[in-house]
Amino acid sequence: MAAKAAAVSLTVNGKPVTAEVDPRTLLVQLLREHLRLTGTHVGCDTSQCGACVVHVNGKAVKSCTILALQLEGANVLTIEGLAAPDGPLHPMQEAFRENHGLQCGYCTPGMIMTAVDIVRRKGNDLDDRTIREELEGNICRCTGYHNIVKAIAAGARAMRGSAAASQAAE
Amino acid sequence: MSITGIGAAVRRKEDHRFITGTGHYTADINRPGQAFGYFIRSPHAHAAIKSIDAKMAAGMPGVLAVLTGAQLAADKIGNLICGWMVHSDDGSPMKMAPHPALANGKACHVGDPVAVVIAETLAQARDAAEKVQVEYGVLPAIADPAAAQKQGAPQIHEVAPHNTIYKWHLGDANAVEAAFKSAKHVTKLDLVNNRLVPNAIEPRAAIGEYDAGAGTFTLWNTTQNPHVARLVIAAFVGMAPEHKLRVIAPDVGGGFGSKIFIYPEEVVALWASKRVGRPVKWVAERSEAFLADAHGRDHVTHAEMAFDAEGKVLALRAKTIANLGAYMSTFSSSVPTYLYATLLSGQYQIPQIYCEVDAVYTNTVPVDAYRGAGRPEATFVVERLMEVGAREMGQDPVDLRQRNFIKSFPHQTPVIMNYDSGDYGASLKKALEIADYKGFAKRKRESERNGKLRGIGFSNYIEACGIAPSQAVGSLGCGVGLWESAEVRVNPTGSVEVLTGCHAHGQGHETTFAQVVSDRLGIPIENVSVVHGDTDKVQFGMGTYGSRSGAVGMSALAKALDKVEAKAKKVAAHLLEAAEGDIEFKDGKFNVAGTDKSAAWGDVALNAYIAHKFSGQELEPGLKEGAFYDPKNFTFPAGCHICEVEVDPDTGNSEIVAWTAVDDFGVVVNPMIVEGQVHGGIAQGVGQALCEGAVYDKDGQLLTGSLMDYCMPRADHLPPMKVDTTVTRCPSNPLGVKGCGEAGAIAAPAAVINAVTDAIGTEQLAMPATPAAVWAALQRAPKAPRAA
Repeated sequence: MAAKAAAVSLTVNGKPVTAEVDPRTLLVQLLREHLRLTGTHVGCDTSQCGACVVHVNGKAVKSCTILALQLEGANVLTIEGLAAPDGPLHPMQEAFRENHGLQCGYCTPGMIMTAVDIVRRKGNDLDDRTIREELEGNICRCTGYHNIVKAIAAGARAMRGSAAASQAAE
Repeated sequence: MSITGIGAAVRRKEDHRFITGTGHYTADINRPGQAFGYFIRSPHAHAAIKSIDAKMAAGMPGVLAVLTGAQLAADKIGNLICGWMVHSDDGSPMKMAPHPALANGKACHVGDPVAVVIAETLAQARDAAEKVQVEYGVLPAIADPAAAQKQGAPQIHEVAPHNTIYKWHLGDANAVEAAFKSAKHVTKLDLVNNRLVPNAIEPRAAIGEYDAGAGTFTLWNTTQNPHVARLVIAAFVGMAPEHKLRVIAPDVGGGFGSKIFIYPEEVVALWASKRVGRPVKWVAERSEAFLADAHGRDHVTHAEMAFDAEGKVLALRAKTIANLGAYMSTFSSSVPTYLYATLLSGQYQIPQIYCEVDAVYTNTVPVDAYRGAGRPEATFVVERLMEVGAREMGQDPVDLRQRNFIKSFPHQTPVIMNYDSGDYGASLKKALEIADYKGFAKRKRESERNGKLRGIGFSNYIEACGIAPSQAVGSLGCGVGLWESAEVRVNPTGSVEVLTGCHAHGQGHETTFAQVVSDRLGIPIENVSVVHGDTDKVQFGMGTYGSRSGAVGMSALAKALDKVEAKAKKVAAHLLEAAEGDIEFKDGKFNVAGTDKSAAWGDVALNAYIAHKFSGQELEPGLKEGAFYDPKNFTFPAGCHICEVEVDPDTGNSEIVAWTAVDDFGVVVNPMIVEGQVHGGIAQGVGQALCEGAVYDKDGQLLTGSLMDYCMPRADHLPPMKVDTTVTRCPSNPLGVKGCGEAGAIAAPAAVINAVTDAIGTEQLAMPATPAAVWAALQRAPKAPRAA
């Protein structure tokens, strides 16, 4: 049975947000259903696929694994907030496009958010083996990963010193 | 070649919305007043539904309705159908059992939907579903296709004694027998083509909406072919007349075949929306998808190949049992017959081929087309026989293949297909160079020094794409024609909309179809929009599967562009006050031959609409043309994939250390997209070979029912891939294209297993070749080669 709705206040893509949610609401549900930020996708129900990866306080989190109410005061960044609406694309977004790192696009937001987090943790010079190991939590069914790996290596290089990189790492 | 024309590696137009999270997948769409559906599914593989008590659930908060199969039948909602008729050897039609969208009286597999709860919120629907009391009478179940026909096996459907749907054959059994009698060597193999779960990362979803005022239905659906969905739901399910049903396939997150079919959930979403007077949304959970999306493959085969003293193939024969699951899905009957046995000649001159196929029901999820659909199964049979034959006869597998290649075209095989073009030797030669075949022995020695077993495997596949012509498929039992349509709408400002009956779910049609227009009309691709996936916009089309969008869909576009050019020349003639015959069209410009008079594309487009220069009597205003293209033949992409593995004998782990693919797809429209298609296909084929496999226990419970249990290939399962092409033009279509979507998935499983068995020195290895399976095979191997 549904428990009484509770309020949660957080920052999403730089904007303050307050929502009344059923306590069992997951972060991904808060984003998609309450805030209509549908760029974050749900691809599984066992936290395996990574389509729902967002950044919470600067770190990659599978938004299907955390309750919305745990996010009180948190700073959440989704794919919609990675680049300014009227500004240039984030270097990682641009690298996915340039290297054909996506086909159907469904896993792509999670891949890009994960990729930015890999760069935060592992730096701008990423070898093939490192990227493949770091993608352990993200599944793509279309690309065979070949071009995703290329895109992440290129995106990581392009992020070196870019303003977008520091924004994403916030 | 222009920078955005045919052959250019143009970056994709559709990518911007996907990399910014602004795409519109079905689950992203919300309709005013929508309610949510949650399905109650059978936990038993085979059970009588004795009663459904929904009283308690109906009183739960937010519940609008609990609907069952009995109500569905009372509302005269028809059954789902299989649209390809296959006849048994005795002439009797296939035994198609009733398939209601909600089970009525009996459930036939775990996951069979038996009721649906409609509520204000999804959480409320789920809560209420727990309170629906379904009383089952559990029946004995059968999941093993090889045992389904045996005496005493549980009988699933009354219409199909011994659970046999059809007993079908292709070829001349006596001629094959005679060829085998004269053989110098016969290679025999027992093969299992493992059952796969497609697992497009976007789960299936549907929103049904009934407009009571207009009496019309709209369905937003994760489908690869919205028009086929509309046709079936209108004409067979009887939901609404075709003109009162609109099907929209918005952004679709991968299909791989699994989103071709017409499924119970979309029918129920439509029906329920009328019952409750609200839009009804359903989105599959991943674990639900494992039980509700059609699975792929699942063949059990005995195959034999006869060779003469020179290693020439004399004949091939195969006996296959194909598991179609609990119900016949939309195109299930065609996959193990006309998409399988017809490809058993591979790339080889084989004088005689005979194939028997028994299709059976089991208490498992229905099985239908999955990337490659029958052709991976055929390639696995042919290429395993070829490789093992070479090993048994002590010949180089490359030499044996070369000796048997078809070298002149057209080539009529003994199994229906007439190959139109190819150069199999060229693909093989290029692949051998890229893979450095000559250096393999040295690499193998190096691996041995590191305690690893190295193996190399080849797969010289053939596929038949386009799945056409209509007359041919009609004669083979297909219930539809497999042509494609295109419409080109030129706007007064010269920009162009292309409407295609194909549907993109990752293939990049918005870019490649625009490239064809750009190439032809000389306008930038930014000025071209590709419209697809909405039955209210596109009049009709057959959708996207079988690598058909290039070969068939783009051919329709080329034909429509011919008509646009012809009409535009008439307009230009009036505009330039010249004879129509003197107008030349080149690089987006209309010239009067032998003069310096010319008109730009935009001028002609504008004049077609303002029509000031001609009277409507002699020339109609407007510039819009459509075409239906029915191909003359299938297309026959082919190629050579070479896989190199290192097996760790202590753990049985097989690491793919190199992959080379050289494919002949005919003319390539966008090499970047084609390479991506090959990469993805290889990944799915590697998945089948090394890690994926749907496992049922003897009671019909799916043991691999989530992404925790079913091993999807991840980035570190796969190597960087070397992908290249050779080109022989397809002679039967205007652009010379053949199709590339399935090649990797067709080629890869045989290449991997040929490599792993080469490494471990035994052929006794089933897919998926998991570390445990490989380790066990090594222990069983008579002379297990141990690394030095």
